[in-house]
Amino acid sequence: MATATSIESKRRITIDPITRLEGHGKIEIFLDSKGDVERAFFQVPELRGFEKFAQGRQAEDMPQITSRICGVCPTAHHMASTKALDALYGVTPPPAARKIRELVYNTFMVEDHALHFYFLGGPDFVVGPTAPAAERNVLGVIAKVGVETATKVIAMRRRLRELMALAAGKPIHPVFGVPGGVAKALSRENAEQFRIVADEAVQFARFTLGLFEKVVLANSGYVDLIRSDLFTHRTYYMGLVDEKNHVNFYHGQLRVVLPDGAEWARFSPDRYQDFIAEHAEPWSYMKFCYLKTPGWRGFADGPQSGIYCVAPLARLNAADGMATPLAHEAYLKYCGTLGKPVHQTLANHWARLVELLYAAERMKQLADDPEITDTTVRAIPTAAPREGIGVVEAPRGTLFHHYQTDEHGLITKANLIVATQNNAARIAMGIDKVARGLVKASTVDDGILNMVEMAFRAYDPCLGCATHALPGSMPLFVLLRGPNGAVLTTLRRDGDGAIHRD
Amino acid sequence: MKPKVAFYWCASCGGCEEAVVDLDEEILNVVQAVDIVFWPVALDFKEKDIEAMDDGSIAISFINGAVRTTEQRRMAILLREKSRLVVAFGSCAQLGGVPGLANLTTREAILHEVYAGGPVPALEHRENGFALTLPELFDTVFPLERAIPVDYYVPGCPPSQKIIAAAIGTLLGDSLPPPGTVLAPERAMCDECPRRDSHPEELHIGRFRRVPEVAIDPDTCILAQGVACLGPATRSGCGSRCINGNMPCTGCFGPTSRVRDYGAKALCSVASIIGSSDSHEIDEVLNGLADPVGLFYRYSLPSSFLERKRTE
Repeated sequence: MATATSIESKRRITIDPITRLEGHGKIEIFLDSKGDVERAFFQVPELRGFEKFAQGRQAEDMPQITSRICGVCPTAHHMASTKALDALYGVTPPPAARKIRELVYNTFMVEDHALHFYFLGGPDFVVGPTAPAAERNVLGVIAKVGVETATKVIAMRRRLRELMALAAGKPIHPVFGVPGGVAKALSRENAEQFRIVADEAVQFARFTLGLFEKVVLANSGYVDLIRSDLFTHRTYYMGLVDEKNHVNFYHGQLRVVLPDGAEWARFSPDRYQDFIAEHAEPWSYMKFCYLKTPGWRGFADGPQSGIYCVAPLARLNAADGMATPLAHEAYLKYCGTLGKPVHQTLANHWARLVELLYAAERMKQLADDPEITDTTVRAIPTAAPREGIGVVEAPRGTLFHHYQTDEHGLITKANLIVATQNNAARIAMGIDKVARGLVKASTVDDGILNMVEMAFRAYDPCLGCATHALPGSMPLFVLLRGPNGAVLTTLRRDGDGAIHRD
Repeated sequence: MKPKVAFYWCASCGGCEEAVVDLDEEILNVVQAVDIVFWPVALDFKEKDIEAMDDGSIAISFINGAVRTTEQRRMAILLREKSRLVVAFGSCAQLGGVPGLANLTTREAILHEVYAGGPVPALEHRENGFALTLPELFDTVFPLERAIPVDYYVPGCPPSQKIIAAAIGTLLGDSLPPPGTVLAPERAMCDECPRRDSHPEELHIGRFRRVPEVAIDPDTCILAQGVACLGPATRSGCGSRCINGNMPCTGCFGPTSRVRDYGAKALCSVASIIGSSDSHEIDEVLNGLADPVGLFYRYSLPSSFLERKRTE
């Protein structure tokens, strides 16, 4: 992508587009007269306006309309929206419907977390943070782990998505969520298919954790990188927990812990507006969430700043453990190694795999539950719709859908806080910190640029929800400009992975 | 030499990218048959690399997403110059798609809503000598063919794996279909619907029912149950995925090629089964269709005769 801008500015390095994530983003790194970093900006250059054009739509259409925010995590939007409809119509889904939803949701979480490890973020470790760009992608992962494993990953993904189609209509833009339940009961035959695949998913998750231990944890250089101050921020952490304060993706209370790990708040998700506010900056379309009580104190961490964090690392920090045995074992090992709370952003990769195992085990529990094939999967609402809030843990963090309607069930107001917005401020801080730490005296190479990108990639961000998740790296084009805007150096990362200096 | 192929996205959700990945093992055959020269989400080629190519040197560019920024339009024009064939991939590129519902409002109203009436992000912003820019949004979202000439269309939100595989096969084959062809069957959804046999010969609806108030029977025609199903107006090829999920067709595959305006056709097909000719009764029947634009034009507003809400 061309990156030159017409307006005069300080010297800058532009990374546009940033790669191996969902959506469009851009990093502008401004240099002082010595060529050190003065400040780095993380910009999201897009906006589609779902909250506005949702107005006037039938509330029951929202699960399918809002899934189009994101074709990678459509199930998360679909589910948050469906839960908002339950609240809107004041209706409780029958037990089987509730379980089918959570089963499909965990199936989706297995697929999505695996996608990030093998295709998006994992290459930074499995292949190496400063490995040649051409290898630092899913193909490099295949080369490292072998074709047999790669085939296993493709087949696992296909089978998970086939199950989602069985129960939810389509894996991309599911249709099964309706107020008070699901559109379709789960047949015994289909439940059996879920059981078989869930067993395989548990094995697959254990295999993946083993791979992480072998490739990452056994490498002291990687462990040092994970632990390094460069990628560390001490912020608040938030996540859904069940009654035992274990991680849950589908339901529970929102728990927030302080940077020292102590519980700061535990509240029903429909009270989110008492705790969370949004801050806008003139240079990005994405808004930055913060906790109201500490308040917005700029891009700073610590207990005095309202910046908080969501997604795997934060969920494990906000919880006291995992609800399934194998995942809890993995959680204990994770905390035993890194302590708690874990402030190191790169530990997200490990935390994600702990969650992968939980999702697979939870799939198995739900598929084994005889009640899941009960044919009563709908409760027809009788109350007039007014207002509803639905919250789930998306793969990328806490996701809020909040609707108000008129008496005909037409949307009058929609407020959506997407997962990555919660992390936006911490991501922006992280990029700034890594850029300051690594770019010195105008010295830049591909490895440094990739380490700057690793500061956001660990979160598996979904920017502006125009998401695009695929293997490999995207074009990278960096200009070093003088004070008059003239190009001093141009760096290109090519298809062969080589860095060219023009 | 293998034919060169490019993939690009505009205003979309990434579902079209996922749909290509969902070819699973088959994607390996595609990669063997073609040389992918541009796929920003997956590969390392840049705009500059495309600019350096001779005009017409790319065999096929698959472009998904609606067009709503100047950058997307610029990229579409560039790929058109370099490509012998351009395919509008998915309902956003073909018809405007769900992001096209933004045409029911204005850019200013969207910015006002999102930033709660406060300051909105600036296209050019200066702060302590840092100069930052953001791309401009068009006020009106439009389908790809309003930005550049399009040769073929692959419908769906997202396109089904069967349609994608068939389209790639057709376009790489020896005999190309006529320009403008939509690469999917010229039949209505109802013709492939697994519940086809339960569709009555004569259908008269006394009242449309909305999803919250009805538990849809999993075996019989959804339209016959009084739930607005757009199968009669919609092109087939999706594999009846929503019907198999026990939910009505919402029309993401758009119209067959005989139809110019999908929403008008869908409206006609629904209106024609209203079981009354009394105007008061008709109003009653239509109470079950609370959001006609969102129902009939969910994927096609920018390509319709309406195009957008009038602002004057």
